[in-house]
Amino acid sequence: MTVTGELSTLEPAVVPERTGTGPWLQPWVGGLAAGALWVGAGALTAAWPDADDWAYTRELAAAEAVGGALLVLVGLLGSRTGALFERLRNLAPWLIVLALALAVWEVAVAKLNLLPRPFFAPPQAFLEVYLDDGRRLAECAFASFGLLAVGYLLGAVAGFTAGVAIGWSRAVAYWGHPLLRLIGPLPATAWLPIAFFAFPSSWSASVFLIALASAIPVAVLTWSGVAGVNSAYYDIARTLGASPRFLVLRVAIPAAMPHVFVGLFMGLCMAFSVLVVAEMVGVKAGLGWYLQWAQGWAAYANMYAALLVLALVCSTLVGLLFRVRDRVLVWQKGLLKW
Amino acid sequence: MVAAAPLRRDPEPVVGLALEVAGVDHRFDLHGEPLPVLEQISFRVEPGEFVAVLGPSGCGKSTLLRLVAGLEPPTTGRLLADGAAIVGPDPSRLMVFQDPTLFPWRTVRDNVALGLEARGLMRGERHRIQKALGLVGLGAFAGAYPHQLSGGMAQRAALARALVNDPRLLILDEPLGKLDSLTRLGMQGELVGLWRRAGFTALLVTHDIEEALVMATRVLVLGPRPARLVADLPVERAYPRHRDDPHLVALRHRILELLGLAATW
Ligand SMILES: Nc1ncnc2c1ncn2[C@@H]1O[C@H](COP(=O)(O)OP(=O)(O)O)[C@@H](O)[C@H]1O
Ligand SMILES: [Mg+2]
Repeated sequence: MTVTGELSTLEPAVVPERTGTGPWLQPWVGGLAAGALWVGAGALTAAWPDADDWAYTRELAAAEAVGGALLVLVGLLGSRTGALFERLRNLAPWLIVLALALAVWEVAVAKLNLLPRPFFAPPQAFLEVYLDDGRRLAECAFASFGLLAVGYLLGAVAGFTAGVAIGWSRAVAYWGHPLLRLIGPLPATAWLPIAFFAFPSSWSASVFLIALASAIPVAVLTWSGVAGVNSAYYDIARTLGASPRFLVLRVAIPAAMPHVFVGLFMGLCMAFSVLVVAEMVGVKAGLGWYLQWAQGWAAYANMYAALLVLALVCSTLVGLLFRVRDRVLVWQKGLLKW
Repeated sequence: MVAAAPLRRDPEPVVGLALEVAGVDHRFDLHGEPLPVLEQISFRVEPGEFVAVLGPSGCGKSTLLRLVAGLEPPTTGRLLADGAAIVGPDPSRLMVFQDPTLFPWRTVRDNVALGLEARGLMRGERHRIQKALGLVGLGAFAGAYPHQLSGGMAQRAALARALVNDPRLLILDEPLGKLDSLTRLGMQGELVGLWRRAGFTALLVTHDIEEALVMATRVLVLGPRPARLVADLPVERAYPRHRDDPHLVALRHRILELLGLAATW
């Protein structure tokens, strides 16, 4: 390497070549172990009779065994499975622990009936919900997603615009700052009664609440980002002939983007909680409504299954936001990965 | 010489700007108390001169440069560029600060493009960006982000960001102050070279007496705050200069005396 100190950061990081027995057959031990455990969990599920007659026990066992077998296959082929292996190789400890946890859960609930019913459901009950009630669950997830998307996007745009305006203009700050101080700390759910009364439908009321909840952190952080821009950036741009418009769009906003993304993240988290509350109270659709319904019927397995879907939806959306941020903020170093 | 003239890429070479500072006083408001910083500063810089300003830390050198850049109006007095009052910033008078203050969200190329973008000149003048980067030796780093540059490279990029606009007055506020001494020596030579080739007027603040003497055609010495002009010393030597030239050594001694530091000689 002929890299000087100044150049080195521009060079791609060099991953040292792994030394080993050559590129042909390099089994992946972690994958083999995890695969064996999953096959074992499947065998245990199938061979040990349920204490109660649970549906889908065989299907669960089959799914575990097939997943395990695939893992064993990947484990045998090792790095020759390419991208799949690269994605899985760090997951071996998780796959092992998950197989063990699933087996313990299965034995404790389905086989030995150790935990009080109906509050605890065995793994096959999740499978039952997804297979038998999957359609409705998917519809609910879709409804939640739509409500969240509309509310959050409106809120993000409104919050961002307000934040830039307050951070940039003294006149807007004079009027906007006290309002933001008064309304900002109020939990959005406190508006619930007024919103459901004032809006023509519970859906539009919920959109308003979600938008409000997400707009406030976005506004506050955008504002603080814009207000905190190094004034030397403005000096530079002004001497170079920048118009006020250029100063806002090309200096203030890009400089504030790291803050804006913190606000967008906080706003998204606020939006989740308001979404669930709004769906539990008013909207007759969505995962919040499903949770409420399942609890009313003591259908705990449905509740857990819906909770898992909700967690996946939320985590995916946060992941998406982080992906957008990674693209917008490529220029920053040391970004937190989701 | 005459035959070579049509080959010039730039239709008209940059003509340095004449700067006149006439009876400038400047005060800041510090916790409600007036803080006098500049007092009765008057001097004239001829087109194409390279004037260095020396003075004790905190005496008001950066403030003077901000007034010349048009970033702030003086409390009293007048500043004139080619005889016209300076009322605001203008791309003909550009500044390079001690901190390169590159925009971290822009690549080096896009940082250098700032002035052209801000004035809507990107269409016709885009080719000048690569030329300016080449001029400061950063041609290969156009796509890099500022955090990937060393201090010296970042300062070169800041220089390119100014030079691409063909400034007629280049205002330099301790531009080499944060660089290691070897990089600094190299860049002193480069800056003088750029100035001699381009023809702009240069106004340099530095805390390094030797730097001022090696680079400038004239050295202004300011007193402690509130700063007055205590000396205006021409440096009559051709470039490149030698640091141990007896004339420069004598001037150095003189300036140390003026700054009240003769005992350290
Ligand atoms: N914006 C400001 N408000 C109040 N005081 C200032 C401001 N800028 C500079 N000063 C003060 O003016 C004096 C001169 O500052 P400056 O011109 O930066 O000095 P230097 O000669 O070191 O460049 C310092 O005492 C500094 O504290
Ligand atoms: Mg200074």
